Amino acid sequence: MNADRLRDRLIGAGVRHRWARFRASDLFYSFRRSPTTVVAAIVTFVLIFGAVFAPLLAPHTPFIPASIDINDAFKAPAWTQGGDWRFLFGTDNQGRDMLSTIMYGGRLSIFVGFAAVALAMLIGILLGLSAGYFSGWYESAVMRVADVQLTIPGILLALLIDGVVRALLPPNSKEDYASLVLVIAIGLASWPQYARVVRSATLVEKSKDYVAAARVIGVPSLTIMLRHILPNVMGPVLVIGTLGLALAIIAEATLSFLGVGLPPTSPSLGTLIRVGNDFLFSGEWWITLFPALALIILSLAVNLLGDWLRDALNPKLR
Amino acid sequence: MLAFIVNRLLQAIGVMLVVALFAFIISNYVGDPINNMLGQEATLQDRAQLKKDLGLDDPAPVQFARFVGEALRGNFGISYQMKRPVSHLIVERLPATLELVFVAATIALVLGVIGGVFTGLRRNAVSSRAIMTISLVGVSLPTFVIGILLIYGFAVLPKSCVHGVHLFGALLFDCADVAMISLPSFGRGDTVDIGAWQSGLLTAEGWRHLVLPGVTLSLFNLTLILRLVRSEMLEVLRTDYIKFARARGLTDRAVHFGHALKNTLVPVITVAGIQIGSLIAFSTITETVFQWPGMGLLFIQSVQFADVPIMTAYLVLAALIFVVINFTVDVLYAAIDPRLRADRVAAGRA
Repeated sequence: MNADRLRDRLIGAGVRHRWARFRASDLFYSFRRSPTTVVAAIVTFVLIFGAVFAPLLAPHTPFIPASIDINDAFKAPAWTQGGDWRFLFGTDNQGRDMLSTIMYGGRLSIFVGFAAVALAMLIGILLGLSAGYFSGWYESAVMRVADVQLTIPGILLALLIDGVVRALLPPNSKEDYASLVLVIAIGLASWPQYARVVRSATLVEKSKDYVAAARVIGVPSLTIMLRHILPNVMGPVLVIGTLGLALAIIAEATLSFLGVGLPPTSPSLGTLIRVGNDFLFSGEWWITLFPALALIILSLAVNLLGDWLRDALNPKLR
Repeated sequence: MLAFIVNRLLQAIGVMLVVALFAFIISNYVGDPINNMLGQEATLQDRAQLKKDLGLDDPAPVQFARFVGEALRGNFGISYQMKRPVSHLIVERLPATLELVFVAATIALVLGVIGGVFTGLRRNAVSSRAIMTISLVGVSLPTFVIGILLIYGFAVLPKSCVHGVHLFGALLFDCADVAMISLPSFGRGDTVDIGAWQSGLLTAEGWRHLVLPGVTLSLFNLTLILRLVRSEMLEVLRTDYIKFARARGLTDRAVHFGHALKNTLVPVITVAGIQIGSLIAFSTITETVFQWPGMGLLFIQSVQFADVPIMTAYLVLAALIFVVINFTVDVLYAAIDPRLRADRVAAGRA
């Protein structure tokens, strides 16, 4: 009791109240009951934590030229023959520590993934919400565009948008805007999923009494949409968002691997895999396989979290 | 049925017009075609003359109509980077991509159906569980990572001899034998010209070069079809007519393949048809990993160099392929399952 009171004074009663409510919720119960999900959550947390705090946690600073030594190039992982315990996962062709480059690379991958999902969510929610709320020609126009876009696979569309945006940029500045280009390409390629879900949920919510009541007392349309309907349609959006994060991270890695993403000077996981691929045939497998492993684990963990969230929020499966 | 086909055809044309509009906007307003053709040093008169010759002074709808007309004749202009007509480049590259997609689709369909039937019939066997677990990995790995892993496993490792001992199957083969079973990991190998069609399907080297890219491209769809066939089999095996067939004393073979498998194939045909589109999309990635000289590699290079004519041509061509596939699948589906016709037309109009 005393500890609780102390904590209340330090962080406020509201936080403790919310935490207690969360611990008592069905969501937390189903989370605790699924060991796979707990492991996935821990792995995701560790990877994101390591990536976000890479400048503090990484054993080396691989992108400061003064701190790397070309004599350290092509060192094998520490536990194999020719390894060095200063470099746990070995070094690349420039003598950069693989573990550190993976942490910094994961940071960019996760940043681009989150930003692309945020952009797709923003466009999808705005268009889906307004399309569901104001029916008529506007709704059919928005949904028809979404349908046409969904017939073309997302990765192809992202590649195309990437190419168009790069053509619009002034020459010689392409590397400076590389991550922005990726965010736009992946975000624009994936909004229709959000728009569809939000629209169909909005259509259901719109016919409920609380919306009619709000309209009767003269609440403006914009307020009804954003403050009354939006909170009630966010559940499925979060599910698609989590699964979409894994897809966005893979899409970013794919574009970077294809050479139209982040440049080797500020590499993401995909760029690292592409650069390392050149050394696969000469036997330096660690330069490409460790970043690939990091990408696989990250996307798998996020995917498992998304699957759990989808099942936990779906009342039919309970 | 005729009304259904006409309805779907009109929708398909509508989609193609929207795609053409996007392609038109990209090709006219992204990058400066005048600059790209004349270079920076051209005089103002030259620019004005070329602008007039190209019809860039005309109103936008006239230009769009001309763009559609040219596109229908297969003319998408000249590649900025390679200085050759885009249509020639695409015709050269198309056979490589189509052969790769054909091989991948065949692998996915044959192995997927066999694996699905096997895991469906023996659902508790250890081998079935192993197949299902491996298939989960196949779904979650990105295509290019699968390609790299296959290259490492089948092209690099078999050739790596350390001190005369082989790391991979050291007990079974000595180094020279293992090096022989390693698979090539880039290019198409020997090709044979049949008219304008360069084929790799007629030489042994061509087939050897197809193995790794074909497997890489097929893996995702293989797992998809395997899982679909398995769940459909499980569903069908529970139905009354299967119980009745067993009660009549038919052999397992007749029940499983004559009655059950036939009824699982309708959804499989639909999914397989739609997935051919995704094979074409993902062939861009596979072609880059294996340096396969197809359309996808051409497209990736055009994105790298912002080569707008190739990008627009690829966009229109890819959309055309998807629309044709979707249309065919819809019509086939309606032909197979008459219940869908009435609903589908209504849904299309709504």
